[in-house]
Amino acid sequence: MTSIYQEQIIDYYKYPRNKKVLDDASFDYGDQNPVCGDEIHLFVKIGEDGKVSDVGFQGRGCAISQASVSLLTELISGMSVEEMKKLTNEDIKEMLGIPLTPVRLKCAILGLKVLEGGIIKFEGGEVGSSTEQKGE
Amino acid sequence: MKPLFGRLNPLVVMMNQVASIEHEISEIRKDFPILNRKVRNGEPLVYLDNAATTQKPKQVIDAVSDYYLNVNANVHRGIHFLSEEASELYEAAHQEVADFIGAKFTELVFTKNTTEGLNTVAYGMMDKLTKGDEIVLSRFEHHSNLVPFQQVAKRTGAVLKFIESPNFDVLDLNSAEQVITDKTKLVAVTHISNALGSISPVKEIGKIAHDHGAKILVDGAQSVPHLKIDVKSMDCDFLAFAGHKMLAPMGTGGLYGKEEDLLELNPFLFGGEMIRYVDFETATWNELPWKFEAGTPNVGGGVGLGEAVKYLNKIGMDKVRSIEHYLMSYALDRFSELDFVTVYGADLEHRGGVLSFNVTGGKDGMFIHPHDVSSILDEHGIAIRAGHHCAQPLMRAMDIPATSRISFYIYNTKEEIDKAVEALEVVQKTFN
Repeated sequence: MTSIYQEQIIDYYKYPRNKKVLDDASFDYGDQNPVCGDEIHLFVKIGEDGKVSDVGFQGRGCAISQASVSLLTELISGMSVEEMKKLTNEDIKEMLGIPLTPVRLKCAILGLKVLEGGIIKFEGGEVGSSTEQKGE
Repeated sequence: MKPLFGRLNPLVVMMNQVASIEHEISEIRKDFPILNRKVRNGEPLVYLDNAATTQKPKQVIDAVSDYYLNVNANVHRGIHFLSEEASELYEAAHQEVADFIGAKFTELVFTKNTTEGLNTVAYGMMDKLTKGDEIVLSRFEHHSNLVPFQQVAKRTGAVLKFIESPNFDVLDLNSAEQVITDKTKLVAVTHISNALGSISPVKEIGKIAHDHGAKILVDGAQSVPHLKIDVKSMDCDFLAFAGHKMLAPMGTGGLYGKEEDLLELNPFLFGGEMIRYVDFETATWNELPWKFEAGTPNVGGGVGLGEAVKYLNKIGMDKVRSIEHYLMSYALDRFSELDFVTVYGADLEHRGGVLSFNVTGGKDGMFIHPHDVSSILDEHGIAIRAGHHCAQPLMRAMDIPATSRISFYIYNTKEEIDKAVEALEVVQKTFN
Protein backbone atom coordinates (compact mmCIF):
# COMPACT_ATOMS: atom_id res chain seq x y z
CA MET A 1 0.00 0.00 0.00
CA THR A 2 1.04 3.61 -0.38
CA SER A 3 2.65 4.98 2.73
CA ILE A 4 1.22 8.19 4.19
CA TYR A 5 4.84 9.16 4.83
CA GLN A 6 5.43 10.71 1.43
CA GLU A 7 8.51 12.78 0.71
CA GLN A 8 6.71 16.06 1.28
CA ILE A 9 5.59 15.09 4.81
CA ILE A 10 9.05 13.94 5.83
CA ASP A 11 10.64 17.04 4.29
CA TYR A 12 8.34 19.46 6.11
CA TYR A 13 8.76 17.49 9.35
CA LYS A 14 12.55 17.51 9.17
CA TYR A 15 12.86 21.05 7.79
CA PRO A 16 9.76 22.86 9.02
CA ARG A 17 8.97 26.09 7.16
CA ASN A 18 7.92 29.06 9.26
CA LYS A 19 8.86 27.44 12.56
CA LYS A 20 9.34 30.72 14.39
CA VAL A 21 7.77 32.96 17.03
CA LEU A 22 6.34 36.31 15.88
CA ASP A 23 6.77 39.10 18.44
CA ASP A 24 4.39 41.37 16.55
CA ALA A 25 1.65 38.85 15.76
CA SER A 26 -1.90 40.18 15.35
CA PHE A 27 -3.01 37.05 17.14
CA ASP A 28 -1.56 33.84 18.46
CA TYR A 29 -3.17 30.73 19.83
CA GLY A 30 -2.14 27.29 21.05
CA ASP A 31 -3.82 23.98 21.66
CA GLN A 32 -3.02 20.30 21.96
CA ASN A 33 -4.53 17.00 20.98
CA PRO A 34 -5.39 15.49 24.39
CA VAL A 35 -5.31 11.96 23.01
CA CYS A 36 -1.72 12.01 21.80
CA GLY A 37 -0.30 15.18 23.32
CA ASP A 38 0.66 16.86 20.03
CA GLU A 39 1.07 20.60 20.62
CA ILE A 40 0.85 23.53 18.23
CA HIS A 41 1.07 27.27 18.85
CA LEU A 42 0.35 29.53 15.88
CA PHE A 43 1.32 33.19 15.36
CA VAL A 44 -0.38 35.22 12.60
CA LYS A 45 0.32 38.80 11.53
CA ILE A 46 -2.32 40.59 9.48
CA GLY A 47 -0.93 43.38 7.27
CA GLU A 48 -2.53 46.76 6.49
CA ASP A 49 -4.23 45.27 3.44
CA GLY A 50 -6.07 42.85 5.75
CA LYS A 51 -4.11 39.87 4.54
CA VAL A 52 -1.69 37.51 6.32
CA SER A 53 1.72 39.15 6.00
CA ASP A 54 3.66 36.81 8.26
CA VAL A 55 3.00 33.55 10.06
CA GLY A 56 4.93 31.29 12.37
CA PHE A 57 4.37 28.25 14.56
CA GLN A 58 5.89 26.35 17.44
CA GLY A 59 5.01 22.79 18.23
CA ARG A 60 5.95 19.22 18.90
CA GLY A 61 4.41 15.92 18.07
CA CYS A 62 4.07 13.45 15.25
CA ALA A 63 5.24 14.07 11.69
CA ILE A 64 1.68 14.39 10.40
CA SER A 65 0.65 17.15 12.80
CA GLN A 66 3.89 19.10 12.48
CA ALA A 67 4.29 18.83 8.70
CA SER A 68 0.62 19.68 8.25
CA VAL A 69 0.81 22.89 10.26
CA SER A 70 4.00 23.92 8.48
CA LEU A 71 2.24 23.45 5.13
CA LEU A 72 -0.73 25.33 6.51
CA THR A 73 1.43 28.36 7.31
CA GLU A 74 2.38 28.51 3.62
CA LEU A 75 -1.20 27.99 2.51
CA ILE A 76 -2.59 30.90 4.54
CA SER A 77 0.16 33.39 3.63
CA GLY A 78 -1.56 36.22 1.78
CA MET A 79 -5.07 35.10 2.78
CA SER A 80 -7.66 37.40 4.31
CA VAL A 81 -9.33 36.47 7.60
CA GLU A 82 -12.53 35.67 5.70
CA GLU A 83 -10.63 33.33 3.38
CA MET A 84 -9.02 31.57 6.33
CA LYS A 85 -12.42 31.11 7.96
CA LYS A 86 -13.59 29.18 4.91
CA LEU A 87 -10.84 26.54 5.22
CA THR A 88 -12.16 23.05 5.97
CA ASN A 89 -10.79 19.61 6.80
CA GLU A 90 -11.17 18.81 3.11
CA ASP A 91 -8.71 21.57 2.24
CA ILE A 92 -6.20 20.05 4.65
CA LYS A 93 -6.69 16.59 3.11
CA GLU A 94 -6.19 18.09 -0.34
CA MET A 95 -3.12 20.01 0.82
CA LEU A 96 -1.52 16.84 2.20
CA GLY A 97 -2.64 14.58 -0.62
CA ILE A 98 -2.34 11.37 1.43
CA PRO A 99 -5.00 8.91 2.62
CA LEU A 100 -5.67 9.46 6.32
CA THR A 101 -7.50 7.24 8.79
CA PRO A 102 -9.90 9.03 11.18
CA VAL A 103 -7.32 8.96 13.99
CA ARG A 104 -4.52 10.38 11.84
CA LEU A 105 -6.89 12.99 10.38
CA LYS A 106 -7.11 14.44 13.91
CA CYS A 107 -3.33 14.91 13.84
CA ALA A 108 -3.49 16.50 10.40
CA ILE A 109 -6.17 19.05 11.28
CA LEU A 110 -4.76 20.14 14.64
CA GLY A 111 -3.11 23.15 12.95
CA LEU A 112 -6.41 24.19 11.38
CA LYS A 113 -8.22 23.86 14.73
CA VAL A 114 -5.60 26.11 16.31
CA LEU A 115 -6.02 28.64 13.48
CA GLU A 116 -9.80 28.62 13.97
CA GLY A 117 -9.34 29.19 17.71
CA GLY A 118 -6.93 32.04 17.01
CA ILE A 119 -9.38 33.75 14.64
CA ILE A 120 -12.20 33.49 17.20
CA LYS A 121 -9.87 35.05 19.77
CA PHE A 122 -8.79 37.72 17.25
CA GLU A 123 -12.42 38.65 16.65
CA GLY A 124 -13.09 38.93 20.37
CA GLY A 125 -14.85 35.61 20.94
CA GLU A 126 -14.51 33.14 23.77
CA VAL A 127 -12.17 30.21 23.20
CA GLY A 128 -11.75 27.18 25.39
CA SER A 129 -8.60 25.16 25.28
CA SER A 130 -8.27 21.52 26.14
CA THR A 131 -5.13 22.46 28.03
CA GLU A 132 -7.16 24.49 30.48
CA GLN A 133 -9.54 21.72 31.48
CA LYS A 134 -8.68 20.35 34.88
CA GLY A 135 -10.58 17.55 36.57
CA GLU A 136 -12.23 18.54 39.82
CA MET B 1 31.63 -26.71 27.89
CA LYS B 2 32.34 -30.46 27.74
CA PRO B 3 30.47 -32.00 24.80
CA LEU B 4 27.68 -34.26 25.92
CA PHE B 5 25.67 -36.58 23.78
CA GLY B 6 22.26 -38.12 23.95
CA ARG B 7 19.41 -37.11 26.17
CA LEU B 8 21.50 -35.12 28.59
CA ASN B 9 22.93 -32.74 26.01
CA PRO B 10 21.69 -29.36 27.23
CA LEU B 11 21.59 -28.02 23.68
CA VAL B 12 19.34 -30.89 22.59
CA VAL B 13 17.14 -30.38 25.65
CA MET B 14 16.88 -26.68 24.83
CA MET B 15 16.09 -27.37 21.18
CA ASN B 16 13.38 -29.79 22.24
CA GLN B 17 11.90 -27.14 24.50
CA VAL B 18 11.92 -24.61 21.66
CA ALA B 19 10.27 -27.10 19.30
CA SER B 20 7.67 -27.87 21.94
CA ILE B 21 6.90 -24.19 22.56
CA GLU B 22 6.62 -23.47 18.84
CA HIS B 23 4.34 -26.46 18.38
CA GLU B 24 2.21 -25.26 21.31
CA ILE B 25 1.91 -21.76 19.80
CA SER B 26 0.87 -23.11 16.40
CA GLU B 27 -1.80 -25.29 18.06
CA ILE B 28 -3.08 -22.33 20.08
CA ARG B 29 -3.30 -20.15 16.95
CA LYS B 30 -5.88 -22.53 15.47
CA ASP B 31 -8.34 -21.40 18.14
CA PHE B 32 -8.10 -17.75 17.05
CA PRO B 33 -9.55 -17.33 13.55
CA ILE B 34 -9.03 -13.55 13.74
CA LEU B 35 -5.28 -14.14 13.48
CA ASN B 36 -5.82 -15.23 9.87
CA ARG B 37 -7.26 -11.84 8.92
CA LYS B 38 -5.72 -9.64 6.30
CA VAL B 39 -5.64 -5.94 7.04
CA ARG B 40 -4.49 -2.79 5.21
CA ASN B 41 -4.66 -3.98 1.61
CA GLY B 42 -3.94 -7.62 2.21
CA GLU B 43 -1.23 -7.58 4.86
CA PRO B 44 -1.56 -10.53 7.26
CA LEU B 45 -2.50 -9.26 10.72
CA VAL B 46 0.30 -9.23 13.29
CA TYR B 47 -1.42 -8.49 16.58
CA LEU B 48 1.03 -7.14 19.17
CA ASP B 49 -1.32 -5.01 21.28
CA ASN B 50 -2.26 -7.62 23.86
CA ALA B 51 -1.69 -5.41 26.89
CA ALA B 52 -4.62 -3.34 25.59
CA THR B 53 -6.83 -6.36 25.00
CA THR B 54 -6.28 -9.92 23.84
CA GLN B 55 -8.08 -11.75 21.08
CA LYS B 56 -10.72 -14.32 22.05
CA PRO B 57 -10.54 -18.04 21.26
CA LYS B 58 -13.45 -19.89 19.60
CA GLN B 59 -14.12 -21.71 22.88
CA VAL B 60 -14.92 -18.41 24.67
CA ILE B 61 -16.98 -17.03 21.78
CA ASP B 62 -18.91 -20.32 21.60
CA ALA B 63 -19.61 -20.29 25.34
CA VAL B 64 -21.01 -16.74 25.16
CA SER B 65 -22.94 -17.54 22.00
CA ASP B 66 -24.37 -20.73 23.56
CA TYR B 67 -25.41 -18.80 26.64
CA TYR B 68 -27.38 -16.28 24.60
CA LEU B 69 -28.78 -18.84 22.16
CA ASN B 70 -29.96 -21.34 24.76
CA VAL B 71 -29.92 -20.08 28.32
CA ASN B 72 -30.37 -16.31 28.62
CA ALA B 73 -32.41 -15.19 31.66
CA ASN B 74 -31.85 -12.88 34.61
CA VAL B 75 -30.04 -14.47 37.50
CA HIS B 76 -30.78 -15.06 41.19
CA ARG B 77 -34.44 -14.08 41.14
CA GLY B 78 -36.51 -15.98 38.62
CA ILE B 79 -38.20 -19.13 39.87
CA HIS B 80 -38.03 -20.73 36.48
CA PHE B 81 -35.84 -23.14 34.57
CA LEU B 82 -33.74 -20.72 32.52
CA SER B 83 -33.10 -18.39 35.44
CA GLU B 84 -31.87 -21.29 37.52
CA GLU B 85 -29.64 -22.50 34.71
CA ALA B 86 -28.25 -18.99 34.10
CA SER B 87 -27.58 -18.58 37.84
CA GLU B 88 -25.78 -21.93 37.96
CA LEU B 89 -23.61 -21.00 34.98
CA TYR B 90 -22.83 -17.56 36.40
CA GLU B 91 -21.88 -18.98 39.80
CA ALA B 92 -19.82 -21.76 38.23
CA ALA B 93 -17.88 -19.05 36.37
CA HIS B 94 -17.24 -17.28 39.68
CA GLN B 95 -15.91 -20.52 41.16
CA GLU B 96 -13.72 -21.14 38.11
CA VAL B 97 -12.13 -17.68 38.33
CA ALA B 98 -11.80 -17.82 42.13
CA ASP B 99 -9.96 -21.16 41.86
CA PHE B 100 -7.75 -19.68 39.13
CA ILE B 101 -6.24 -17.16 41.57
CA GLY B 102 -6.46 -19.33 44.70
CA ALA B 103 -9.42 -17.47 46.24
CA LYS B 104 -12.61 -18.65 47.90
CA PHE B 105 -15.97 -18.21 46.13
CA THR B 106 -16.94 -15.46 48.56
CA GLU B 107 -13.72 -13.55 47.90
CA LEU B 108 -14.14 -12.94 44.15
CA VAL B 109 -16.42 -10.20 42.82
CA PHE B 110 -17.13 -9.89 39.10
CA THR B 111 -16.57 -6.37 37.75
CA LYS B 112 -16.68 -4.83 34.32
CA ASN B 113 -12.94 -4.09 34.20
CA THR B 114 -9.88 -3.43 36.37
CA THR B 115 -10.87 0.21 36.82
CA GLU B 116 -14.16 -0.75 38.45
CA GLY B 117 -12.32 -3.07 40.85
CA LEU B 118 -9.86 -0.35 41.84
CA ASN B 119 -12.64 2.22 42.29
CA THR B 120 -14.61 -0.24 44.43
CA VAL B 121 -11.72 -0.35 46.89
CA ALA B 122 -11.03 3.40 46.67
CA TYR B 123 -14.64 4.42 47.32
CA GLY B 124 -15.22 1.59 49.79
CA MET B 125 -12.39 2.79 52.04
CA MET B 126 -13.26 6.47 51.85
CA ASP B 127 -15.28 6.56 55.10
CA LYS B 128 -12.38 5.05 57.01
CA LEU B 129 -9.85 7.70 56.02
CA THR B 130 -9.24 10.99 57.75
CA LYS B 131 -6.97 13.99 57.35
CA GLY B 132 -3.32 13.03 57.65
CA ASP B 133 -3.78 9.37 56.72
CA GLU B 134 -1.50 8.29 53.92
CA ILE B 135 -2.13 6.34 50.73
CA VAL B 136 0.98 4.96 49.06
CA LEU B 137 1.05 4.42 45.28
CA SER B 138 3.99 4.06 42.89
CA ARG B 139 5.42 6.12 40.04
CA PHE B 140 4.35 3.35 37.63
CA GLU B 141 0.62 3.52 38.18
CA HIS B 142 -1.86 3.51 35.32
CA HIS B 143 -4.28 6.45 35.57
CA SER B 144 -6.87 3.95 36.83
CA ASN B 145 -4.81 3.25 39.96
CA LEU B 146 -3.90 6.92 40.45
CA VAL B 147 -6.88 9.14 39.67
CA PRO B 148 -9.35 7.33 42.02
CA PHE B 149 -6.93 7.89 44.90
CA GLN B 150 -6.39 11.55 43.96
CA GLN B 151 -10.14 11.91 44.43
CA VAL B 152 -10.12 9.99 47.72
CA ALA B 153 -7.27 12.19 48.96
CA LYS B 154 -9.12 15.33 47.92
CA ARG B 155 -12.30 14.29 49.73
CA THR B 156 -10.74 12.92 52.92
CA GLY B 157 -7.61 15.03 53.41
CA ALA B 158 -5.45 11.93 53.07
CA VAL B 159 -2.01 12.39 51.54
CA LEU B 160 -0.63 10.55 48.50
CA LYS B 161 2.95 9.21 48.57
CA PHE B 162 4.83 7.35 45.87
CA ILE B 163 7.25 4.42 45.74
CA GLU B 164 10.11 5.46 43.46
CA SER B 165 12.05 3.70 40.75
CA PRO B 166 15.11 5.90 40.17
CA ASN B 167 16.12 4.11 36.95
CA PHE B 168 12.56 3.43 35.77
CA ASP B 169 13.18 -0.31 35.78
CA VAL B 170 11.60 -1.93 38.86
CA LEU B 171 10.07 -0.42 41.99
CA ASP B 172 12.65 0.23 44.69
CA LEU B 173 12.01 -1.66 47.95
CA ASN B 174 14.17 0.81 49.91
CA SER B 175 11.89 3.56 48.72
CA ALA B 176 8.87 1.46 49.76
CA GLU B 177 10.43 1.09 53.25
CA GLN B 178 10.73 4.86 53.47
CA VAL B 179 7.32 5.97 52.22
CA ILE B 180 5.21 3.32 53.97
CA THR B 181 4.75 4.39 57.61
CA ASP B 182 2.34 3.86 60.50
CA LYS B 183 0.21 6.61 58.95
CA THR B 184 -0.25 4.53 55.78
CA LYS B 185 -3.73 3.03 55.48
CA LEU B 186 -3.49 1.62 51.98
CA VAL B 187 -0.74 0.74 49.53
CA ALA B 188 -1.97 0.43 45.92
CA VAL B 189 0.60 -0.77 43.37
CA THR B 190 0.74 -2.27 39.93
CA HIS B 191 1.95 -5.86 39.71
CA ILE B 192 3.21 -5.44 36.13
CA SER B 193 3.56 -1.95 34.68
CA ASN B 194 1.52 -1.63 31.49
CA ALA B 195 3.86 1.12 30.29
CA LEU B 196 7.21 -0.56 31.00
CA GLY B 197 6.50 -4.25 31.61
CA SER B 198 8.34 -4.25 34.94
CA ILE B 199 7.25 -6.85 37.49
CA SER B 200 6.85 -5.30 40.95
CA PRO B 201 7.91 -7.11 44.15
CA VAL B 202 4.32 -7.00 45.42
CA LYS B 203 4.77 -9.71 48.05
CA GLU B 204 7.63 -7.77 49.67
CA ILE B 205 5.78 -4.46 49.41
CA GLY B 206 2.74 -6.16 50.94
CA LYS B 207 4.82 -7.34 53.88
CA ILE B 208 6.05 -3.80 54.52
CA ALA B 209 2.45 -2.57 54.33
CA HIS B 210 1.23 -5.23 56.76
CA ASP B 211 4.08 -4.47 59.20
CA HIS B 212 2.61 -0.96 59.42
CA GLY B 213 -0.98 -2.15 59.67
CA ALA B 214 -1.83 -1.00 56.13
CA LYS B 215 -3.76 -2.90 53.47
CA ILE B 216 -2.34 -3.67 50.04
CA LEU B 217 -4.29 -3.45 46.79
CA VAL B 218 -2.58 -4.95 43.75
CA ASP B 219 -3.43 -3.81 40.22
CA GLY B 220 -3.23 -7.15 38.43
CA ALA B 221 -4.45 -5.99 35.02
CA GLN B 222 -1.18 -7.02 33.37
CA SER B 223 -0.22 -9.89 35.70
CA VAL B 224 -3.27 -12.11 36.19
CA PRO B 225 -3.40 -12.91 32.44
CA HIS B 226 0.32 -13.70 32.31
CA LEU B 227 1.59 -15.16 35.60
CA LYS B 228 0.48 -17.93 37.90
CA ILE B 229 -1.23 -16.02 40.70
CA ASP B 230 -1.98 -17.36 44.15
CA VAL B 231 -3.48 -14.61 46.27
CA LYS B 232 -2.76 -16.51 49.48
CA SER B 233 0.96 -16.81 48.85
CA MET B 234 1.08 -13.24 47.47
CA ASP B 235 -0.76 -12.25 50.67
CA CYS B 236 -2.43 -9.23 49.11
CA ASP B 237 -5.62 -7.85 50.62
CA PHE B 238 -7.16 -6.86 47.30
CA LEU B 239 -6.38 -7.72 43.67
CA ALA B 240 -8.14 -6.16 40.68
CA PHE B 241 -7.93 -7.50 37.12
CA ALA B 242 -9.67 -7.50 33.75
CA GLY B 243 -11.14 -10.42 31.83
CA HIS B 244 -10.72 -8.94 28.37
CA LYS B 245 -6.93 -8.92 28.75
CA MET B 246 -7.02 -12.70 29.31
CA LEU B 247 -9.11 -14.01 26.40
CA ALA B 248 -12.52 -13.15 27.91
CA PRO B 249 -15.12 -10.75 26.49
CA MET B 250 -14.93 -6.98 26.97
CA GLY B 251 -16.81 -5.79 30.03
CA THR B 252 -15.52 -8.51 32.34
CA GLY B 253 -13.11 -8.44 35.25
CA GLY B 254 -12.61 -9.43 38.84
CA LEU B 255 -11.91 -8.00 42.26
CA TYR B 256 -10.43 -10.30 44.88
CA GLY B 257 -10.54 -9.31 48.53
CA LYS B 258 -9.80 -11.28 51.67
CA GLU B 259 -13.13 -12.24 53.18
CA GLU B 260 -12.67 -10.11 56.30
CA ASP B 261 -11.67 -7.12 54.16
CA LEU B 262 -14.64 -7.44 51.81
CA LEU B 263 -16.97 -7.69 54.82
CA GLU B 264 -15.39 -4.52 56.19
CA LEU B 265 -15.42 -2.61 52.86
CA ASN B 266 -18.44 -0.42 52.11
CA PRO B 267 -20.23 -1.16 48.85
CA PHE B 268 -19.71 1.40 46.11
CA LEU B 269 -22.77 0.72 43.93
CA PHE B 270 -26.17 0.39 45.58
CA GLY B 271 -29.36 -1.12 44.22
CA GLY B 272 -30.81 -4.50 43.35
CA GLU B 273 -29.00 -7.77 43.93
CA MET B 274 -26.57 -6.30 46.47
CA ILE B 275 -29.21 -6.04 49.25
CA ARG B 276 -30.55 -8.46 51.82
CA TYR B 277 -33.38 -6.57 53.57
CA VAL B 278 -34.82 -3.21 52.53
CA ASP B 279 -37.42 -0.98 54.12
CA PHE B 280 -38.25 2.60 53.20
CA GLU B 281 -35.54 4.08 55.39
CA THR B 282 -32.68 1.57 55.49
CA ALA B 283 -31.21 -1.54 53.92
CA THR B 284 -28.77 -4.31 54.76
CA TRP B 285 -26.30 -5.90 52.36
CA ASN B 286 -26.33 -9.23 50.62
CA GLU B 287 -23.70 -11.88 51.39
CA LEU B 288 -20.37 -12.00 49.56
CA PRO B 289 -19.61 -11.65 46.74
CA TRP B 290 -23.04 -10.26 45.71
CA LYS B 291 -22.74 -7.27 48.07
CA PHE B 292 -20.47 -5.74 45.40
CA GLU B 293 -22.45 -6.77 42.31
CA ALA B 294 -25.33 -4.30 42.24
CA GLY B 295 -27.84 -4.52 39.39
CA THR B 296 -28.16 -7.09 36.65
CA PRO B 297 -24.68 -8.45 36.04
CA ASN B 298 -22.97 -9.24 32.72
CA VAL B 299 -23.91 -12.91 32.86
CA GLY B 300 -22.91 -13.78 29.30
CA GLY B 301 -19.56 -12.04 29.78
CA GLY B 302 -19.05 -13.80 33.11
CA VAL B 303 -19.69 -17.16 31.45
CA GLY B 304 -17.11 -16.17 28.83
CA LEU B 305 -14.61 -15.26 31.55
CA GLY B 306 -15.11 -18.67 33.17
CA GLU B 307 -14.46 -20.32 29.80
CA ALA B 308 -11.34 -18.17 29.24
CA VAL B 309 -9.95 -19.34 32.57
CA LYS B 310 -10.67 -22.97 31.64
CA TYR B 311 -8.77 -22.37 28.39
CA LEU B 312 -5.77 -20.89 30.24
CA ASN B 313 -5.82 -23.73 32.78
CA LYS B 314 -5.69 -26.23 29.95
CA ILE B 315 -2.50 -24.60 28.66
CA GLY B 316 -1.23 -24.03 32.19
CA MET B 317 -0.07 -20.66 33.51
CA ASP B 318 3.52 -21.89 33.77
CA LYS B 319 3.39 -22.59 30.05
CA VAL B 320 1.83 -19.17 29.39
CA ARG B 321 4.75 -17.58 31.18
CA SER B 322 7.31 -19.69 29.35
CA ILE B 323 5.82 -18.82 25.94
CA GLU B 324 6.05 -15.11 26.77
CA HIS B 325 9.52 -15.51 28.21
CA TYR B 326 10.56 -17.24 25.00
CA LEU B 327 9.10 -14.46 22.82
CA MET B 328 10.47 -11.64 24.99
CA SER B 329 13.93 -13.16 25.10
CA TYR B 330 13.96 -13.32 21.29
CA ALA B 331 12.51 -9.80 20.93
CA LEU B 332 15.08 -8.27 23.30
CA ASP B 333 17.86 -9.99 21.33
CA ARG B 334 16.53 -8.71 18.00
CA PHE B 335 15.97 -5.19 19.37
CA SER B 336 19.48 -5.05 20.79
CA GLU B 337 20.73 -5.31 17.18
CA LEU B 338 18.91 -2.08 16.31
CA ASP B 339 21.09 0.89 17.29
CA PHE B 340 18.24 3.30 16.53
CA VAL B 341 15.93 1.77 19.14
CA THR B 342 15.89 2.58 22.87
CA VAL B 343 14.20 -0.05 25.06
CA TYR B 344 12.73 0.96 28.44
CA GLY B 345 12.06 -1.08 31.56
CA ALA B 346 13.54 -4.01 33.42
CA ASP B 347 15.66 -6.99 32.36
CA LEU B 348 14.15 -10.19 30.99
CA GLU B 349 13.63 -11.86 34.38
CA HIS B 350 11.79 -8.85 35.83
CA ARG B 351 9.69 -8.21 32.75
CA GLY B 352 6.22 -9.37 31.70
CA GLY B 353 5.10 -9.51 28.08
CA VAL B 354 5.47 -5.75 27.50
CA LEU B 355 8.23 -4.13 25.43
CA SER B 356 8.23 -0.33 25.45
CA PHE B 357 10.63 1.55 23.18
CA ASN B 358 11.39 4.58 21.05
CA VAL B 359 12.92 4.96 17.62
CA THR B 360 15.30 7.58 16.31
CA GLY B 361 15.90 8.24 12.65
CA GLY B 362 18.24 9.89 10.23
CA LYS B 363 21.83 10.92 10.63
CA ASP B 364 21.07 13.30 13.50
CA GLY B 365 19.22 10.66 15.48
CA MET B 366 15.99 12.64 15.31
CA PHE B 367 13.24 11.41 17.67
CA ILE B 368 10.53 9.68 15.70
CA HIS B 369 7.17 10.13 17.38
CA PRO B 370 5.56 6.83 18.47
CA HIS B 371 2.41 7.68 16.50
CA ASP B 372 4.48 7.77 13.33
CA VAL B 373 6.14 4.47 14.32
CA SER B 374 2.73 2.92 14.95
CA SER B 375 1.33 4.29 11.65
CA ILE B 376 4.14 2.84 9.59
CA LEU B 377 3.90 -0.54 11.38
CA ASP B 378 0.16 -0.44 10.73
CA GLU B 379 0.89 -0.01 7.01
CA HIS B 380 2.60 -3.41 7.33
CA GLY B 381 -0.38 -4.97 9.12
CA ILE B 382 1.28 -4.78 12.53
CA ALA B 383 -0.85 -3.62 15.48
CA ILE B 384 1.07 -2.03 18.34
CA ARG B 385 0.24 0.70 20.85
CA ALA B 386 1.74 4.18 20.80
CA GLY B 387 1.19 6.93 23.31
CA HIS B 388 1.43 7.60 27.02
CA HIS B 389 -0.22 4.27 27.95
CA CYS B 390 -2.48 6.01 30.48
CA ALA B 391 0.64 6.91 32.47
CA GLN B 392 1.15 10.59 31.64
CA PRO B 393 3.02 11.45 34.87
CA LEU B 394 5.44 8.54 34.33
CA MET B 395 6.18 9.66 30.76
CA ARG B 396 6.81 13.21 32.02
CA ALA B 397 9.10 11.90 34.78
CA MET B 398 11.04 9.93 32.16
CA ASP B 399 11.14 13.07 30.00
CA ILE B 400 9.67 11.38 26.94
CA PRO B 401 6.39 12.37 25.23
CA ALA B 402 5.32 8.79 24.66
CA THR B 403 6.58 5.34 23.73
CA SER B 404 5.78 2.61 21.26
CA ARG B 405 4.71 -0.62 22.93
CA ILE B 406 4.69 -4.21 21.74
CA SER B 407 2.91 -6.67 24.00
CA PHE B 408 2.72 -10.43 23.58
CA TYR B 409 0.31 -13.21 24.34
CA ILE B 410 0.24 -16.97 23.90
CA TYR B 411 -0.41 -16.91 20.15
CA ASN B 412 2.45 -14.65 19.02
CA THR B 413 5.39 -16.02 17.08
CA LYS B 414 9.06 -15.31 16.43
CA GLU B 415 8.16 -14.65 12.78
CA GLU B 416 5.89 -11.82 13.93
CA ILE B 417 8.76 -10.30 15.91
CA ASP B 418 10.93 -10.54 12.78
CA LYS B 419 8.24 -8.69 10.81
CA ALA B 420 8.09 -5.98 13.45
CA VAL B 421 11.87 -5.57 13.36
CA GLU B 422 11.80 -5.30 9.54
CA ALA B 423 9.08 -2.67 9.76
CA LEU B 424 11.10 -0.72 12.34
CA GLU B 425 13.93 -0.63 9.83
CA VAL B 426 11.48 0.87 7.33
CA VAL B 427 10.49 3.47 9.95
CA GLN B 428 14.08 4.45 10.44
CA LYS B 429 14.75 4.66 6.70
CA THR B 430 11.59 6.69 6.09
CA PHE B 431 12.95 9.47 8.28
CA ASN B 432 16.44 9.26 6.84
